[in-house]
Amino acid sequence: MAMTATAGRAHADPHHVGSVIEHSGPAPKRIVTAYGFWIFLLSDIVMFSCFFAAYAVLSGQTADGPKGSEIFEQKTVAIETVCLLLSSFTCGMASIAADVRNRLWFYVSMAITCALGLTFLVLEFREFADLIARGYGPSRSAFLTAFFSLVGCHGLHVSAGILWLLTMMAQVYAKGFRADILRRMTCFALFWHALDIVWVAVFSVVYLLGSAP
Amino acid sequence: MNLLDPQGPVAAGNSTILIDSVFIMLVIVVPTIIAILGFAFWFRASNPRARYRPDFVYSGRVEMVVWSIPALTVILLGGVAWIGSHQLDPAAPVPGTGSPVRIQAVSLDWKWLFIYPDQRIATVNTLTVPVGAELNFHLTSSSVMNTFFIPQLGSMIYTMNGMVTRLNLRADNEGKLQGLSAHFSGDGFPDMMFDVNVVSPLAFPEWVTATAKTDAVLNADSYKKLMQQGIEKGRPVYRLEDPRLFELIATQQIPPGPGPELVSGAGRPHGGGHHAR
Amino acid sequence: MLGKLDWSAIPLDQPIPLVAGGVVLVAIFGVLTWVVVKGHLPYLWREWITSVDHKRIGVMYILLASVMLLRGGSDAIMMRIQQAVAYQSPGYLPPEHYNQIFSAHGTIMIFFVAMPFVIGLMNLIVPLQLGVRDVAFPTLNSVGFWLTATGALLVNISLVVGEFARTGWLAFPPLSELSYSPGVGVDYYAWSLQISGIGTLVAGINLVTTVLKLRTKGMNYLRMPMFCWTTLASNLLIVAAFPILTATLAMLLLDRYLGFHFFTNEAGGNVMMFMNLIWAWGHPEVYILVLPAFGIFSEVVSTFSGKALFGYRSMVLATMAICVVSFMVWLHHFFTMGAGPNVNAIFGIASMIIAIPTGVKIYNWLFTMYGGRIRFATPMLWSIGFMVTFIIGGLTGVLLAVPPADFILHNSMFLVAHFHNVIIGGVLFGVFAGFEYWFPKAFGFRLDERWGKAAFWFTFIGFFITFMPLYIVGLLGMTRRMQHYDVAAWRPWMMVAVIGVAVLTIGVICQIVQIVVSVRNREALRDRTGDPWDGRSLEWSTSSPPPVFNFAFNPDVRGEDAYWDMKARAKQQMLDADGPQYRDIEMPRNSPTGFVCAFFATIMGFALIWHIWWMVILGGLGAWATFVVFAWRDHDEYVIPAAEVAAIDRLNLQQRRGLVSTAGEA
Repeated sequence: MAMTATAGRAHADPHHVGSVIEHSGPAPKRIVTAYGFWIFLLSDIVMFSCFFAAYAVLSGQTADGPKGSEIFEQKTVAIETVCLLLSSFTCGMASIAADVRNRLWFYVSMAITCALGLTFLVLEFREFADLIARGYGPSRSAFLTAFFSLVGCHGLHVSAGILWLLTMMAQVYAKGFRADILRRMTCFALFWHALDIVWVAVFSVVYLLGSAP
Repeated sequence: MNLLDPQGPVAAGNSTILIDSVFIMLVIVVPTIIAILGFAFWFRASNPRARYRPDFVYSGRVEMVVWSIPALTVILLGGVAWIGSHQLDPAAPVPGTGSPVRIQAVSLDWKWLFIYPDQRIATVNTLTVPVGAELNFHLTSSSVMNTFFIPQLGSMIYTMNGMVTRLNLRADNEGKLQGLSAHFSGDGFPDMMFDVNVVSPLAFPEWVTATAKTDAVLNADSYKKLMQQGIEKGRPVYRLEDPRLFELIATQQIPPGPGPELVSGAGRPHGGGHHAR
Repeated sequence: MLGKLDWSAIPLDQPIPLVAGGVVLVAIFGVLTWVVVKGHLPYLWREWITSVDHKRIGVMYILLASVMLLRGGSDAIMMRIQQAVAYQSPGYLPPEHYNQIFSAHGTIMIFFVAMPFVIGLMNLIVPLQLGVRDVAFPTLNSVGFWLTATGALLVNISLVVGEFARTGWLAFPPLSELSYSPGVGVDYYAWSLQISGIGTLVAGINLVTTVLKLRTKGMNYLRMPMFCWTTLASNLLIVAAFPILTATLAMLLLDRYLGFHFFTNEAGGNVMMFMNLIWAWGHPEVYILVLPAFGIFSEVVSTFSGKALFGYRSMVLATMAICVVSFMVWLHHFFTMGAGPNVNAIFGIASMIIAIPTGVKIYNWLFTMYGGRIRFATPMLWSIGFMVTFIIGGLTGVLLAVPPADFILHNSMFLVAHFHNVIIGGVLFGVFAGFEYWFPKAFGFRLDERWGKAAFWFTFIGFFITFMPLYIVGLLGMTRRMQHYDVAAWRPWMMVAVIGVAVLTIGVICQIVQIVVSVRNREALRDRTGDPWDGRSLEWSTSSPPPVFNFAFNPDVRGEDAYWDMKARAKQQMLDADGPQYRDIEMPRNSPTGFVCAFFATIMGFALIWHIWWMVILGGLGAWATFVVFAWRDHDEYVIPAAEVAAIDRLNLQQRRGLVSTAGEA
């Protein structure tokens, strides 16, 4: 062993970064899972922003069809918004209930979240069905294409969220508040809140700005 | 079609910038390649004369140099790019002798239609222009995207349905050049080559007069026939009936050209391909 | 019942795809029969198909990439021959076939060769370099791989059932819209990329989380090996860019399936929006591929020069700079749309700015070699070959970023030569270097050096003979994607290029022979030390191949070049004569989730392409049910008892002790 410990240390820090706080090792599973899901949500928001960009580009291209202000119904959209915002609150309640291992409150909060989500979807579906019935379907103009896709993409996410929500409830029923199920619940809550944030953007960009004649 | 043998001021500008940029970069690229090969050879493990310096892993001065060499090159080239982009903007005027010639080019599936609105004629797959005059191109497409490009006259530009792009060129020598589409547009794409005849300022009006004598007439109806998918081996010429035809095409008052007809339900249309051959 | 699918989908009139498809089918059935008859199926299922071990998944990614490289390579050979013979003649490939081939070549080479190859190497090596036992989400990792394989499978099905896109590898509308491409080709293209895109996104999320959250004790950011840094940058780009591709293709599909008007000529659709969106993904994609290759070269050059990487922090900075700037340059892909001089100039200069950090990297590798003791093993040959080739590709790249030059070079063969110059010279040389370098780590024996060097020289020389003529015909005005041509001046160069392809093919054959020869001589080439190259980072501190748990103990890192440091100090507790106190290790259990999910995704993708709606629903339900079943399982980990860990680790240490003492004497 010709090489001494000192020589070794010289190699250890060849760029003389100096004393630094030592990294303490791999993060616990709970953190890793939530972190990964955050990154997924960010990527999902990138995808949404493409649809927002398309909407911004195409919103003037009505091809002699209706403009936004002619087809948006403020009242329905207001109810939709209230539903979604409230559901975010009840979803938060469900998270707390899961944290304190309270099954009853968990089921109740999740059920209300689900009901609010479904109400939102029904209202959105009716809005779409009504527009299509009037001949203002997505094939009518590029503006309507972008409108249906953006709002519909959010709607699809909400539908997937409800499917997930029901699966979550079934899991808690079958398995109880196990560590892995709590991790999934954290992810679900993040997802649901993110959808809320996206809706706020949809509401502002599409319905508020679009209502101006 | 040699890019380095320009026949007009735009192409000359393009190729000068091309060559200048290459030389600017070669000034650092060649020494770097030599250094890579040199260092690799000299510091081979079997060379006892090379000094092993395992601790030479950081040097502020070297870092300074390695960041500044590419940075300086890019600053220099950035200047070239900035000035060049402005001078050689496709829409920038290219003053010439005589009055400018207006040409409206339409890319069809798979041929080029050139409309001379002032001369009230139109040609397919052949472009005749007077030497020395400014050529004002307005371009659009009847269906899919194409790119209008005459290599020896310079700058290419996209043609898109429902949109008009602009390009100004000038040819400085008489002769025969070739143009092509530089954006893939379907099965007949390689046959979108066209002839460019650069004629003397005196011969040009003669050619116009001769062409205008043709019986074939270009109007919305004959245009719709022309825009069917297919290849044009001949070089038909037309009298232009409606000088607003280009406008009708560009504003989609004449709807975009149809695609291939579906032969089999299974989604393997052979229409286009067979026409193409 | 079967949507648009009927017998006319089988190209009975076209012998080339039919024969090719037949040969592939026979080969697949042959291998399957062999596997079943020999009784290897349970082993394959247990150890590979359902494996969630990052090393196994990495190897499967690389295998997929290698197989698809042969497919994409055959396409390339066919194209080069066509252009060599199609002077004043239609050649042997009709346009509808030729157009499919160049579209498939691009799609396959980028999405199913380059992507899986780099993701495979990152999967294989990054957890080892970080000193951890697995990636952040092992089961999702398997799902990601199998979805990528699904995409590749769909592309290859298009060879015999229906057709592939005839629109080029980015399927620009309006040509790719239903009215101009009514066949199923574009649908094959879009759905296979959508499905494999989900796989790529999953891999990206997984690796970002792994690098940011799962590092062993003491592995601070500024102690990570360069390959981990480039992995981080590349996967950040995946996470940020791939959703753009997903959204863009979704829009194209909505246009095609439901009559939407995103990119149509009619009703206000906007073609340029597609160009902007696809290149907002497409340009970062280039760096997704090349950054990991830069990481590989950093590791290889440093190891074989016997020095730490020169200017490590500068390299980190350069990597992250490329990562950020790559998102701001997409417009240089369409300078010729007439956007105006200011826009063009700004994007041109932004594109050149990327050349600065890239140039810095070249110089830092150069100075890593300076004062080194360079061993010319095969990985090092690929690296030096890369540096020389890539500089030329960089030069032509910067040239194309100068708008007035791009005005005459855009879409020409010059452009084709340029991006092959950087993708072959950068990415492919990189993954080959990584393959040769880490092969012993993955399989426990080295590759034959003689055949490896032969492969390098044939590939290197073949590359220049193939692509230098393409630069020249580009300067002679030849545009890309010409099925035939009448210009005499182009002809001789196309003949030279076809000779180049022959040389390149010999290179590929050498590489195959190399693997066969090495497998035969594996006992002679066996790597018992786990450190065949005198490496510097943690992957070399464990045995080759590593045990399933990678490290008996999570290593404790004290500085950069962690393993070099340990070897130099030679007093790590791993070498304690008495042996440390081994503990039980929990590892994630195998799961067929990925495979089953991909099975349903294949069904769903195929059904979507052919409009078989009941099958779409079936596939969707199946995929969802797979995840529910996965979520329902009670034990997701199993325990390797301490005694077993101890037995494995002691064997490793015994074999290694010899090495450490020789390293000390050096």
